[in-house]
Amino acid sequence: MTETIALLTIFVLAAFVGVEVISKVSSTLHTPLMSGANAIHGVILVGAIIVTGQADSALVVVVGLLAVVLATINMVGGFVVTDRMLEMFRGPGGRKKELHK
Amino acid sequence: MIDTWAQIGYLISAVCFIVALKALSSPKSARGGNLLGAAGAVLAVIITFVAYKPDHLVPILIALAVGTVAGVVGSRRVQMTHMPQLVALFNGVGGGAAALVALMELGEVHDGQTIASIAVAFTVVVGAISFSGSVVTFAKLQELMTTRPVTFPGLPVLFIAGILGSVALSVWLVSDPRVWVGVLLCLVGLAVGVMLVLPVGGADVPIVISLLNAFTGLTVAAGGYVLGNTLLLIAGTLVGAAGTLLTKLMADAMGRSVFNILFGAVKGGSTLGGGTASERPVISGGATDVAILLGYAQKVIIVPGYGLAVAQAQHTLRDLVEELQSRGVKVDYAIHPVAGRMPGHMNVLLAEAQVPYEQLREMDEINGDFKSTDVVLVVGANDVVNPAARNSPSAPIYGMPILNADEAHRVIFLKRSMRPGFAGIENELLYDPKTTLLFGDARDSLTKLLAAVKNV
Repeated sequence: MTETIALLTIFVLAAFVGVEVISKVSSTLHTPLMSGANAIHGVILVGAIIVTGQADSALVVVVGLLAVVLATINMVGGFVVTDRMLEMFRGPGGRKKELHK
Repeated sequence: MIDTWAQIGYLISAVCFIVALKALSSPKSARGGNLLGAAGAVLAVIITFVAYKPDHLVPILIALAVGTVAGVVGSRRVQMTHMPQLVALFNGVGGGAAALVALMELGEVHDGQTIASIAVAFTVVVGAISFSGSVVTFAKLQELMTTRPVTFPGLPVLFIAGILGSVALSVWLVSDPRVWVGVLLCLVGLAVGVMLVLPVGGADVPIVISLLNAFTGLTVAAGGYVLGNTLLLIAGTLVGAAGTLLTKLMADAMGRSVFNILFGAVKGGSTLGGGTASERPVISGGATDVAILLGYAQKVIIVPGYGLAVAQAQHTLRDLVEELQSRGVKVDYAIHPVAGRMPGHMNVLLAEAQVPYEQLREMDEINGDFKSTDVVLVVGANDVVNPAARNSPSAPIYGMPILNADEAHRVIFLKRSMRPGFAGIENELLYDPKTTLLFGDARDSLTKLLAAVKNV
């Protein structure tokens, strides 16, 4: 039972952190932020690897591998696409540097 | 229980994610934040391989490689304008993966583990909703299907039946964890996801992506609970909480409530106009007429929209603006927070064309200036200057804050056709006597305008 309580505690605290860290975002960054958060939940890949690695039957392995592919697309694609979006958000400073080149 | 070092490694990943989200909410640190998040994710995957020593190592690595290639190619190749639907798709596959993981864990859940089986049921059904909902969202944004709200008479009943059915199946699954019940639950979840997104109008779709994103986050958290994995629990909860708040912030920026966005059309709300009034006369002009208006103006405001992104006309627009400025015209860009198909779309696009940051002015800041503006040039935007948002309580966009383009002395629209905007409603401003329309692709029109302005 202590483990349940520990996990529940983590859940509640993480929920507060999640709200707190993005509470001051400007509207121009809504989309990259959404996309970045989207990439982060791609860590379900960890879960997919764990269950596939423990699977015994061929069917479960196949389903697990499918989950690994999907989760990897979510994670890798998510971070890459967010980076591409942010690449275009160079502030005035970044642009100046480019002009000096 | 895995080794202590692995637990600590997971904790470091979790901290990376928290700092990444924080950094993503400020323009200066955003890109670094995203990279930090990616580093945290890579660390987590490496730790998992070492700590859990999974069987079937080779197939798993191949699956990883396949997913990586698909993810990188997909996100590198896609055009800027198609990014929202790509994000939707990535979110959907994440939700699908979470549902599959939970289904596989079903065999491991035993009697008496009530909370774990509730978490499994939750992950299966919400993961499925997120998957199918995201697919429909993708289809809407990609215009594989109509962007207008889709409803049919039995939809509310079916939707409620779907919700009740998934609750009943979840209870069943908790009392008797059988795989086929889980599969059935998954199928019902898929149906509910489709029904959830069908009635949402095109312009509201980004908000739904954000909501489904939060859903997927929560499923990952529940999956983490089932597996006893603290990293999944923390990362999923973070995204779930941040995604929920972000959904609300985005809805607020459009002056809408999330409930209205999801269920407005189902309640028998409104789809005003709908093309019936399109026969009314409009004033359309040639490039030279418009160039004279612009060239002899004192003050011009540019309102960019999705059409600019589609035509990839941002560079031409910047050239035109620079030409006007060299003639002594004062030019500003008015950026509506939801212009385009995702918040911040226009900032990204104009930043790409190296438009100076100071010329991009946000809605609240510039709205008072329209009264003293000679000409407003609307490039491929429509809904964000539609006065119906102010005047017509029956319009779906009623209450959305808009740019007060109608207060300027003259308004010029660059449009491809008389087709209504993404929200699918008429824009009265198009028929206003002070409005001139220049039909054509935004890039062609801007190129012609640029040439014409040089000659006047």
